Amino acid sequence: MNPSASKIPTLELRGISKRFGAVQALSEVSFEVFSGEVIGLVGDNGAGKSTLIKCVSGIHPADSGEIWFEGRQVFIHNPKDAADLGIQTVYQDLALCDNLDVVGNLYLGRETTTLLPLDEVSMERLSLETLRSLSVSIPSVRTRIASLSGGQRQSVAISRAVMWNSKLVILDEPTAALGVVQSKQVLELIKRLRQQGLAVIVISHNLADIFEVVDRICVLRLGRNNGIFDIHTTKQEDIVAAITGAEFGLNGSAEGRSAQKGAKTS
Amino acid sequence: MSTLVDDPRLEAGKPSGFRAWLRRLFTETDLGPIPTIIGLIIIWTIFQIANHRFLSPLNLTNLMYQMADLGVIAVGAVLILLLGEVDLSAGAVSGLAAGVLAVLSVKLHAPGPVAVLVGILVGAAIGLLQGFWTTRFKIPSFIVTLAGQIGWTGALLYVLGTTGTINLRDKFIVGLAGTFLKRDVPHGVLIGWLVGAILVLGYAFSRFTERRRRRSAGLTYRSVWTLILQIVVLAVIVSGVLLITNADRGLPSAMIFLIAILILFDFITQRTTFGRHIYAVGGNAEAARRASINVTFVRIVVFILASMLAAFGGILAAARLLAANQSSGSGDLLLRVIASAVIGGTSLFGGRGSVWSALLGALVIQSISNGMDLLALPSPIKFMITGAVLAAAVTIEAISRQRREAAGR
Repeated sequence: MNPSASKIPTLELRGISKRFGAVQALSEVSFEVFSGEVIGLVGDNGAGKSTLIKCVSGIHPADSGEIWFEGRQVFIHNPKDAADLGIQTVYQDLALCDNLDVVGNLYLGRETTTLLPLDEVSMERLSLETLRSLSVSIPSVRTRIASLSGGQRQSVAISRAVMWNSKLVILDEPTAALGVVQSKQVLELIKRLRQQGLAVIVISHNLADIFEVVDRICVLRLGRNNGIFDIHTTKQEDIVAAITGAEFGLNGSAEGRSAQKGAKTS
Repeated sequence: MSTLVDDPRLEAGKPSGFRAWLRRLFTETDLGPIPTIIGLIIIWTIFQIANHRFLSPLNLTNLMYQMADLGVIAVGAVLILLLGEVDLSAGAVSGLAAGVLAVLSVKLHAPGPVAVLVGILVGAAIGLLQGFWTTRFKIPSFIVTLAGQIGWTGALLYVLGTTGTINLRDKFIVGLAGTFLKRDVPHGVLIGWLVGAILVLGYAFSRFTERRRRRSAGLTYRSVWTLILQIVVLAVIVSGVLLITNADRGLPSAMIFLIAILILFDFITQRTTFGRHIYAVGGNAEAARRASINVTFVRIVVFILASMLAAFGGILAAARLLAANQSSGSGDLLLRVIASAVIGGTSLFGGRGSVWSALLGALVIQSISNGMDLLALPSPIKFMITGAVLAAAVTIEAISRQRREAAGR
């Protein structure tokens, strides 16, 4: 089902391991995501989702393993390395300034100036263009973030992440704090990111949301791969089984072996 | 703060009539400085009724002369509050700068400009130290600057030595605050009107240029009449101030410094990247850091600017009082400074406000103390009234913040 299967993946992780003291947070995790693809990263609490994302976004680099980006091996030591490659992460807290308007937030840290004064006109124009291209509806780009709804805030945070020539966007629980209608808005936005050819990784506990937007699901369990599933050939129960570690969930899919290996050693 | 929304009185249907209109007005619209301006009009009315000389050109000119140093220090307080920090050392720093200035000028016979420059540099150095201390060791700024307040007061006493009071005689220094445009400057009235006209025209030009640029970029723009109204309001204020002060000695130079500083810092905070970053750090420092803003740099620079403004305000106060002494910058000055910023509409909790609140707040605070002096109220009464006004102002700020949060602004 993956339309770009023959292409080079945007991001490819090979055998990523990470240890915090006595805790082996990640062992030998591998997966890849292509441009124009949305991949869901799921797993129980403590399965290593956040750690994996932090390795990719440079918050704490991996101990071992390789990260390949658009066909070449890269080393991500800090968030700036990730940003320079075109990897943007939207964390649950969104990192927006409530007291600034939408334009101020979209351009935070990247303000456009004409000699000295801020070039509000071109910033506002480009903000409008970006939001329009993503069909994000907001009363006015001069509204302060504080008066936006949760879904609108999430949309602003995602728009900011894709605004700067990003190639890979990582979304951490994008629908966790949202109501039904607002979740729908955000899921539609994620689909538009795919249409625009971005690679997207979505972390979520909500399997219904995951099944609505993703192409493939990567399941982590106890810091290891526990299968990568194509959603068109997988039932939700299989994913639940893979998350919780029940054996019968593993036959359908490609990467059951690492999980079985893990089961033996543990 | 959803409690206000959950308030059954607000939920109970759609109440009609004047009270509902009033409630909507206060909860749903952003009134900006209007409540403070109404408060100022009430204060002026009360004092004018109590003493008909309150609104005379003589007293209004005195009022502007007296409030300028307070206003300059309050601009620094606004900058610090925008960061979400607080500077309790502003009063002591202003006193120390005045002391250094006086010792240099009178005891060491340094030229006036040198003494002023060194005084301001002392402020800069203090700001650097306090800013560094706050950011490097991650100590809350109110602790660092509280230590500073005590330390710099000690430094002032040390600098003054056994002298106690040093009277300033240097013409340059005294002229900083007390040069009146009509009385002391040749063609002062004409120059005042010319500069006033340039200000209004410059404002008009920038408003219309902005409108034209927004229009050609296909963005929303204000109607011509809105702009004309804003320009007329500014023109009325400028000519009002000039007419009133020219009926007496003219505009005092201290006030001219305050206006220049306000225009400069309005530009810095509203129109530059650095200013945007001040608001960002005050709004959400973690978000600012992740957006690759150098939060430590922004904080330290703002501490330096605030202490320089405090030092310059202290110098203006010394020039006005013709002396620096052991009580320079002490007493209720610090509280009056912070109250000015807050009364003018700058939030105590960071990220919201404007440097103009320093002007409006200082005007309110100084009107009250000027009016009470005019009525020759005894000290105990003055302290109690000042305390009550400050408490009321901060309460109004807190309520409006709760309303704002309830309305999601």
